[in-house]
Parts: sequence; C-alpha cells; structure tokens
Amino acid sequence: MSENELRLSPNEKMDIQKILEDLEHYRPRRKGWVWREKHPLQKIGPFEYRNTSTGLKRFVPLPAAKYFGGIDPQPDFTITSEIASGRFEDDLRRMRMAAWHGADHIMVIRTTGQSHIDGLLEGTPEGVGGIPITRKQLRATRKALDLIEDEVGRPINLHSYVSGVAGPEIAVLFAEEGVNGAHQDPQYNILYRNVNMVRSFVDAACAKKVMASVGMLQIDGAHNANATAREAWKVMPELLVQHAINCAFSTMVGMPKENIALSTVPPTAPPAPCLALDLPYAVALRWLFSGYKIRAQQNTRYIESDMREATVTHVLNLLVSRLTSADIQSTITPDEGRNVPWHYNNIAAVDTAKQVLSGLDSLKELVEIKRDGLVKERVRELVERAVLFLEEIKEKGGYFNAVASGFFVDSGYYPERNGDGIKRDIDGGVGAGTVVPRDPDYMAPVCHHFGYNKLPEGLSKPCDLIGGCTLCNPDKIVYIDELDPEDNVYKRLEKVRREKEAGLIRPEVQWAGDGYITMTMFFAEPADVAEAAAIAVAEKLGLEEPLVIHKGIMHPAEGTLIELKARVPVAVRRDELKIPEKPEILSPDEIREDVRQNPMTVVAATVGEDEHSVGMREIIDIKHGGIESFGIRAVYLGTSVPVEKVVNAAIEHDADAILISTIITHADVHKKNMERLHKLCVEKGVRDRFILVGGGTQVTDEMAKSCGLDAGFGRGTKGIHVASFLVKRRRELRKRREGEK
Amino acid sequence: MERPDDFEKRREHLKGLSDEELKQRFWQLAEEIVRPLYELAWSHTSPSIERSVLLRMGFSSLEAKAIVSGLEKRGLLGKGAGRAVLEYAAMTGSHYLEAGRALSEGKGWEELSRRLGGVTR
Repeated sequence: MSENELRLSPNEKMDIQKILEDLEHYRPRRKGWVWREKHPLQKIGPFEYRNTSTGLKRFVPLPAAKYFGGIDPQPDFTITSEIASGRFEDDLRRMRMAAWHGADHIMVIRTTGQSHIDGLLEGTPEGVGGIPITRKQLRATRKALDLIEDEVGRPINLHSYVSGVAGPEIAVLFAEEGVNGAHQDPQYNILYRNVNMVRSFVDAACAKKVMASVGMLQIDGAHNANATAREAWKVMPELLVQHAINCAFSTMVGMPKENIALSTVPPTAPPAPCLALDLPYAVALRWLFSGYKIRAQQNTRYIESDMREATVTHVLNLLVSRLTSADIQSTITPDEGRNVPWHYNNIAAVDTAKQVLSGLDSLKELVEIKRDGLVKERVRELVERAVLFLEEIKEKGGYFNAVASGFFVDSGYYPERNGDGIKRDIDGGVGAGTVVPRDPDYMAPVCHHFGYNKLPEGLSKPCDLIGGCTLCNPDKIVYIDELDPEDNVYKRLEKVRREKEAGLIRPEVQWAGDGYITMTMFFAEPADVAEAAAIAVAEKLGLEEPLVIHKGIMHPAEGTLIELKARVPVAVRRDELKIPEKPEILSPDEIREDVRQNPMTVVAATVGEDEHSVGMREIIDIKHGGIESFGIRAVYLGTSVPVEKVVNAAIEHDADAILISTIITHADVHKKNMERLHKLCVEKGVRDRFILVGGGTQVTDEMAKSCGLDAGFGRGTKGIHVASFLVKRRRELRKRREGEK
Repeated sequence: MERPDDFEKRREHLKGLSDEELKQRFWQLAEEIVRPLYELAWSHTSPSIERSVLLRMGFSSLEAKAIVSGLEKRGLLGKGAGRAVLEYAAMTGSHYLEAGRALSEGKGWEELSRRLGGVTR
C-alpha cells in the first residue's frame, strides 16, 4: 500500500488494521530529533506572543479559545506526553488525541521487567504498566505518528528507553527504526534497576555512540532520585552530580552537547514553600549545564490521588520553566497517583502545559529573577555541595567504590549522610560477570561502534567488510513479525472488531471498550463510612469491580468526597441511539455583523404565574454571553407577566421577536402558555411580524413547534443558540416575504 | 555511613573560588571521575554489545542471541562476534550470513573454537 492511500481524515477513526499491514517494508521517513520552529514575536488572533512556535494545521484549542477566534497558540517548548497502557494499538489513538491538543514528544514507557531481559523482544505481546518495546511495535507506532504528524502539520518525536541489560541492542534497534529520542543513563540502571555497574557503563558507551550517529536526543535518568528520595529536595546536590556524570561520559563518547537533555524536576510541592527551593535549583542547573538541553519534568514525588492538587503542583512547575527556561516540557498526568494514565488525563496534562505556558507568554518581559539575595546564596551553596560530593567520590577511589559504599540516594542533604543510600556491589546485580576484555584481535565490522576495534587497514568504513551494515543499508534488517500465536495484537483486535461489527459501544479509559467509568459522590459521613457507602451504591447500580480511587475529607464528621471507578456490565447499540440533530450555529462575528446591519429588538418575559428569572437572564444578559452581547436589544418585562402584556409590548416596541420563559409545568401550564402566545398573535393579526420563541427547563423544540411557536429551547441553551436562531429565522422569513412579493 | 551536615567546615577551600572557578572545578572533577569508566568501556565488551554488532550485520535478534551465547560458553566473546562469524565464513568458504546462521543453529562450534583458541566454560 502506498503512503498516499493511508491518510487520516479528521472525522474518521484511525484504521489500526491498515497500519499493521506491510510493516515488513516500512522505513522511517527521517532519523533524529526535531525541535519546534520558534518565533520570537508572533501575532496570533488579536494578540502578540513572544514565546510561541509555528501553529498546527489541525488542533483542539483550549475551551476558552472560542472567545478569541478559536486560536491555539503553540508554546516554544516541545511538549511531552507519556503514553503506554500495555496495548500499543490503543495507545496509537491516544497519541492522535494528544497531538491534536499540542503534544509533539510521545514517550513510550516500557513494560515492567523489560530492563532485565538480556536481549530484544519481538512481536506484540501485552504489557504491564507499559509496552513491550519491539521492532514491530516501533514500526507500527512510527508509521501511525507519520500519519498523525501529517494530519496536525508538525513533526512528532517518538521516544523510549535505552536502558537495562540490552542497551546496545536497543540503541541499534532505535537507530534503525527512526526512534527520535531515548532515555540513556547507566546510573539509572545501577541505582534503580540493579543492573551490574560495570556492565552498565560498558554497555552505555556503545549505546550512546549509536544514538549519536542518528542524532537521537538523549535524556538522562537523574529525576528518579527525586521520585524515590524520602525528602526530595535534599538530593539536589546529588542530582547535579548525577547529571554531570552522565553528561561528561556522553560527551566523552562523542555525543554532542545539544543532543543531551537533563531530566530535571522541581523537587518540592506545596505545602512546602516550593518556589523558594525549586527556583534556585533550576537556576543552578541552567547555569552549570549551559549548552545542554533542559527537559523539565513535573513532580511525581508528592502526587496523591487528588487530581486538583496534582494539577496545581504542575502549574507551579510550569511557572519555574517559564521563569527560567526549558527545551522540553514534559507532562505528568493528574491521575498518575491513581493508576496507569487514562486517555483523557494525558490530554488534561498536555492542556495544562499549553494553557499555562500560553498564559505566561512574555513573562520575562514583565518580571525577572532577582539574581542577588536568596537565589544567589542558594545557587552557590548547591554548587559547592555538589563539588564536595564529587571530591569525595574521587577520594573514595572513583565512581564504583562510591556506589558500593552507598553514596547515592542517601536521604541526607550532602555532606550530611544518614546511611540509607542505595548500595550496589561491583560484582553484583543483573549481568554481573558478563563483561570481558577485548582481545588484541577483537573486531566488529559495523559502523558507529564504540571502543577498541582491530579493523584491517584501508577501509573507508568498517562495514565495507560485509558489504554494508543495517545502519547504512536498512534492507539488511531482519524483521520478525510475531513469536507468540496467542499473545499478539491480532488476537486482541479480533475482539474489538467483533464488538464493532455488532454495533456495540462501551465506555473506555485506556483499552478499546474496557467498560470503565468513574463516579463522583459526596456523603455526609466520615471517610470510612463514605467509602463503604460508595461501594454499596455502585453495587446496587449493578456496576462491576467498584474501587474507590480518591477520598477527600471535607470534614472529619460532616462529609467526604468519593471518586470511584467501576466497570459497567452493559453495552449500547449504536443504531438504537437517539442522536438529536445539531442545529447549525452561526459564528459570533456573523451574528454581530447581521445585527449591526439590521438592528434587532426582542421582548422577553417569564409568563404566567411564574417567578423564575434566572434562565431568561442567562439568555439575555451581556455578562452571561447572552443575546445582548451580539448587539440585540432586549426589552425584559420581568416575571409573572400575562401573555397579552407581552404581545402588546412587542407591538409597541416594533420587536422582531418575542421570547417567553415558562418553567412551571404543573397541569401542562407551560404548553398552555406557549399555545396562548401563538393564538393571541394570530387573533391580533401580528403573527407574521414576530418570531415566537419559548424556553424553559422542560421545553423542547418539538413541543414549542407543536404549540405554534417558531422554536423552543430547553436545558443547556446558551445565548448564542438563541441569537443564531433569531438571525437565521429572520433571514428565512425575509426571503419568504420577498418570494411572495 | 552517618555524618552530620559539616558543610561549613568542608567548604573552607571552596570559599575563595569565584563562581566561574567553582563551575570549572565542578566539570574538571566530573571528567576525572568518568575518564576511567570511559577507558573501561573502550577496552571491554559484553553480550549485549556483541549482539548489537550482529544485529548491525543483518542477523535477527534470535540468531544474535544464539551466536553470542555460543561465544560466551567457549570464552570467545573477547574476539568479537563479528570477527568470529567472519572467521567461520572464511573457514567454510560461505557467505557470512550463512556462516552465522549455521553457528546460531549450533553447527561448527568445535572448528571455530579450535581456530580462535576458545575454552569450554
């Protein structure tokens, strides 16, 4: 199938089956990392921006964008979304959603345990807490991202992990398959994956050289110290040391500085006075590591199940990024403290970044960091502490000895030591004893191979010996499709296809039709009672596997907020759904222009013995975005107005339309009011002069029309719906009158 | 090791450095610490490194795994998997891909081991 045949259409779902076809012949369209195109000054809609990049062709803007002409300014920082649910085929759909919201760096977390697998995985088995990274999965993902980047009009970087005991192989795989960025940090293997330290560094050099050969962006693993330390702010001196070790090692191996990004996290969160700690740290990093890239990650260490709290912490992290700098702004989903992220929480996190970074545009033109005082003091102190740390590593006899004596991830603020650091044995860990010296006649006939290599003299490149390696000639790559006849994507998609063919729809949070929903409940009970009550309610509703995912104490005795997830045991049929036809709404500008050229007056009232005024005011008032905001003149007569008085007022004001609100439905009084309005207008011979509109919580368009009115508006109506209708209806009536003439 | 925060005492020798000098010292120390690691990596290899060579030569991950495990068993990893495969191809007069596949199927190891001076572990 040619590339041209496979194209995404905004109103159609991505065809996963088609993406899986012919992967054997798929080749990545480019290699290496791509940054956004930045614009130091850009006019977008009515505004000037100083921190944006080229916009997207297709996007979902922030909700409030509708007040600003639907603009979707794209910040200058690359925005990351981590997407890895265990089934890559479902993640592809989520990647498309994330791209429309503004993500251009898609990070795929690996399945639990992959870092201890000594070799590559193949096929498409299901993962746990991440995705088994394989050639097939990477090809399918990169192919889908090709389509998605064409759809949104901006390159998307794919990223995963070159770590664990198979680092060099994974680096080659990534280089072959056009993976654009990767985590690579031997210290991460040693400290957090208990990979043998010798193996880890020897492998890392090889992996890094291969990564550098294709311009892959490297991100280090230092942020993990934040996520694991008891008091995350105390590891700041050590973090500077960890960044330095990986940076110095990488550049020595031949990786250019501009392809090396520091993974850094503001270490604290409220109620700590986090800015006073996080900002000097951010300044120290950017000063000490000038020339390197900054990947600003968001805090996970202090994220609990409260999504509101998580979001506020992340907003503060974004403030630090804007106040200092970042090349990549990574996002943590607000549900990270609850579960493997769900579709819409990836989107929430991307939107939070986009919203805050847009809102803080031009910040540095307005404020600057006070460089003396607290910042200066703290930066100096942090760097001195880090230098002392490095000095002591040397005194101990080097890096390996330092790790063996528990130097790293100690909870003390260096040089304070609490003796609780992670200790690793030089002869211990996964892969211990597997490293051997290269013999004098060691030889590797391939390109971009790090280290001693006794090649015959006179070669223009090493792979001349074998007629080309896979990095020079991709046709030499051996593609394996599936190894497991049961645990693979085709088996999983079969079930999805059966459901689709049966026309069934189920809710989902991560996997096609997984059936999960969440419910929010408040109980005027203490937490333990509320939790039990929530489960009991869910069970009575017939929900399966109910689980409380968040508890918020409003007061120890007065009440508890509960959020619960559960599986719904039912599916609905698409062909049985009643989907109301959407009225086409005119744009605010078009309505305003029409009203400007032909002024419009409406008379409005709540009729009968009815004192409800809120609904009508919402439809009319300028401050609620009511019809007045489009230039329509509204004569509001108040509540409990007799229908006759409304009609007389309309005649007196030579109105274009009459709007009545009728909320009370006792004995069908709402229908009677609407019928009376129509009949009265007919009796007085003015029915043709007025557009008659009824509204109220129980009113429907159908009902209003059956009562003789032109339209009815029910619950959820906004001013623009009514204004748009009035303009369109007036045009229709004019046309009709002209036709009659 | 447990130790109270003796920062004020330890920093005595850093006090007099300018910010730029401090930064320079930071990077100099970092480089001194990673230099021996770099040299270790330069002169050593591992099973994953050798499989990465075989992948680049055009072998599948399954073949690479079998060949490297054969080399490890016979103490031949230090020769390099690429060198071993090319050696066997020369010995048998076959294309190196065929030679490597034969090795991955368990064939030819004795001859190759004798040629390269391997030992059985």
